[in-house]
Amino acid sequence: MNHKPMEEARIGVYVCHCGTNIAKTVDVAEVARWVGEQENVVVARDYKFMCSSLGQDLIESDIKERGLTRIVVAACSPHMHEKTFRGACQRAGLNPYMFEMANIREHDSWATDDRAAATQKAKALVEGAVRRVAHHTPLEPLPVEINPNTLVVGGGIAGITTALELANAGYHVYLVEREPSIGGHMAQLDKTFPTLDCSACILTPKMVEVGQHPNITLLSYSEVEKVEGYIGNFTITVRKKARYINEELCTGCGICEEKCPKRVVDHVFEAGLGYRKVVYRPFPQAVPKYPVIDRENCTYFLRGKCRACQIFCPTKAIDFEQEDEIITFQVGNIVLATGYDLFDARRIPQYGYGRLANVFTSMEFERMVNAAGPTGGKIVLRDGVTEPKSVAIIHCVGSRDKNYHEYCSKVCCMYSLKFAHLVHERLPDAEVYNFYIDIRAPGKGYEEFYHRLLHEGTHFIRGRVAEVTDAARQPGEEGKLIVQVEDTLIGKQRRIPVDMVILSAGLEARHDSREVSQLFKMGCDFDGFFVERHPKLDPVATMTEGIFIAGCAQGPKDIPDTVAQGAAAAARVAGLIHLGTVMMEPVRAYIHEELCSGCRICNTLCPYNAIVFHEDRQVSEVITALCQGCGTCVAACPSGVISGAHFTNEQIMSQIEGVLWDVRRNGNGKQPTVNIQQSTANVQQPTVNEP
Amino acid sequence: MTESFEPVIVGFLCNWCSYRAADLAGTARIHYAPNMRPIRVMCSGRVDPQFVLKALREGADGVMIAGCHPGECHYVNGNIKTLRRYHLLKRMLKQLGVEEERVQLVWASASEGKQLAEAVDRMTEQLRALGPLRWPERVLGEDGRGANGHEAFVSAIEPREEVAA
Repeated sequence: MNHKPMEEARIGVYVCHCGTNIAKTVDVAEVARWVGEQENVVVARDYKFMCSSLGQDLIESDIKERGLTRIVVAACSPHMHEKTFRGACQRAGLNPYMFEMANIREHDSWATDDRAAATQKAKALVEGAVRRVAHHTPLEPLPVEINPNTLVVGGGIAGITTALELANAGYHVYLVEREPSIGGHMAQLDKTFPTLDCSACILTPKMVEVGQHPNITLLSYSEVEKVEGYIGNFTITVRKKARYINEELCTGCGICEEKCPKRVVDHVFEAGLGYRKVVYRPFPQAVPKYPVIDRENCTYFLRGKCRACQIFCPTKAIDFEQEDEIITFQVGNIVLATGYDLFDARRIPQYGYGRLANVFTSMEFERMVNAAGPTGGKIVLRDGVTEPKSVAIIHCVGSRDKNYHEYCSKVCCMYSLKFAHLVHERLPDAEVYNFYIDIRAPGKGYEEFYHRLLHEGTHFIRGRVAEVTDAARQPGEEGKLIVQVEDTLIGKQRRIPVDMVILSAGLEARHDSREVSQLFKMGCDFDGFFVERHPKLDPVATMTEGIFIAGCAQGPKDIPDTVAQGAAAAARVAGLIHLGTVMMEPVRAYIHEELCSGCRICNTLCPYNAIVFHEDRQVSEVITALCQGCGTCVAACPSGVISGAHFTNEQIMSQIEGVLWDVRRNGNGKQPTVNIQQSTANVQQPTVNEP
Repeated sequence: MTESFEPVIVGFLCNWCSYRAADLAGTARIHYAPNMRPIRVMCSGRVDPQFVLKALREGADGVMIAGCHPGECHYVNGNIKTLRRYHLLKRMLKQLGVEEERVQLVWASASEGKQLAEAVDRMTEQLRALGPLRWPERVLGEDGRGANGHEAFVSAIEPREEVAA
């Protein structure tokens, strides 16, 4: 075993000023001077910018000239520059894992103004790192091969973009969509702001391309049930729900839909505003073209009679016996583009949705103005015939509201402006009121669109609406909906009688985003949106290697941003596939078989089932490829014979001693408890480290 | 020196949530008590109760363990295992006469720099009120051999670290 005895630990310590970021609060010169006197420290310097090439050169030349065997850099967070300094070690011929970082910026100089306390804390953190690094052992990163196939979850515009980018680059994609057709929310929209492009006209060609692409396996009406493995080697299990249609025989002619005698309210695609048949495609341009039989409502499934679709189908494609299919396949990377749910306006009872007939949600209005929608594009009240003479559009429904969602949903202002424009266009005599808190129009051509609306004669009233009511109090309010609002620009309460109210509901995370994040073993925030690796610099990666996110699943955003993210995620995946192999941190657990008592406590603790028990030898073993390095088993082993590479007991115990250098009592008069020369070094080396 | 007592807290922060929360607190220049000295672990589930005992014995006045919120663990449910161990550890520390406030488990996601900073401030305040821990006198007794009939119990946990090391 190549465990170094203490005499050989020649440590170099570098204390960074970070300009004035650290030096302003921490006496860096004093820290460097002090640490230079500590055991095993051969070189201790302070320097203006350690991350600069000159700073790195300093480390490299000291390693070469002074024979340093371990390096400590006291600077920023290891999440910032650990890689940088590991690189410097490697260039000088030192194993990069013989390096440790002390975080004296984020965790110290930026968190206090007290110079004396900050300097004392910096010494503690540096001493912790010095003691820890003395126990570091050389490690080699684990190479992992990347399977070139990719799973994309969600067939909205984000998922479609990702799938097409990858497929066009020559890589195979499995696109899984929960609904019978891809297209997502964008397929429901009529026009898109601010250009007023017809949404279907720009989306459907992409849907068709997905449907026909030789590199895309489209699994619609399917859901991911199980995800096993890790970056490069995920095993995905998908449940392909029974459509009761034989896809080999179906030509998508639509006769079944025509002949089906039963219709039900379509709560998904038509947002509850229209009907669909029980055997249906959500919309005529659906991809794939195959319909689905809604088992819950089908007369045949309910009463064993009818079979109209089966009788009339010219290709005998209706198959009532069809069962759910379980499909398993391998992918190297996963992109989650699961989209958003619209805020349920019923949660704000004072706005009357669900109680007052002529209060509509934004998605209902979207379907109403759509030429392919239930009213054929006519703007009418709930009775289906009367055209409104006045329309109120209420912004920020469920957004920017402490009671619901504090965040701004980003798209509502713009689509509300679009609604106002569409009302002006279709009903030139109607009065349109927009009730807003602030108009948020940052984006290419967005502010200009707002100005266009100002000229089109929309009334803009600044104030959060208190109530929508049908209780008339003044003449002229009878039979109307009255919008009660404080107009904050004139400082007055106003009551505006209108015929129709549209609630511009915000976007929220999918109702099941938490379960999805658990399934894929990645994080979601308090609001349920998936957490990116870095909010600014890494918006499509997640904390889990090999899993990326795109679109509204990460946070509310408009179509251009969604498309950009979809393409960005594809680029990240393509990069990994192109590399073919990635290097993984060798932070893995290892069981010393000769000492294992076979108690099996660790077996059930492992969240990845990475620990197997050998009945013949009565010992447990960690499968390195499955281990993710959390260390739960290490902490739990009653015999203490599981070691966690790079986070060994020895390393952490020494670090504890180091950070407590100023208050320690030397183990109550005993010798310092951790002594490398006496340590049972053979309990530290996972096999993966053998070069 | 009649200044008020400043406790020393060792913080075990998980790499994915709480360590990043502390990073964020710094980046956002949220000022909080400089009394907590963080040690990074991959998962709060890595925190062996021995680490906590070690820190207290070595002179810390308190230990904070911080991990991802339940349900948000980077390693699925490591934090739940931490929670189980934490409750057992607390029972044991109570029997040794160590006040409850001295070992605290905190959930802080990567976006909760403010919450983590507040937790550190709160704990520091509590420990200032409690005063120094003085493990040897309190737990081991004046002769360092165990007080209050805890001798056998304490000696049972004391030599563990040599096995570990």
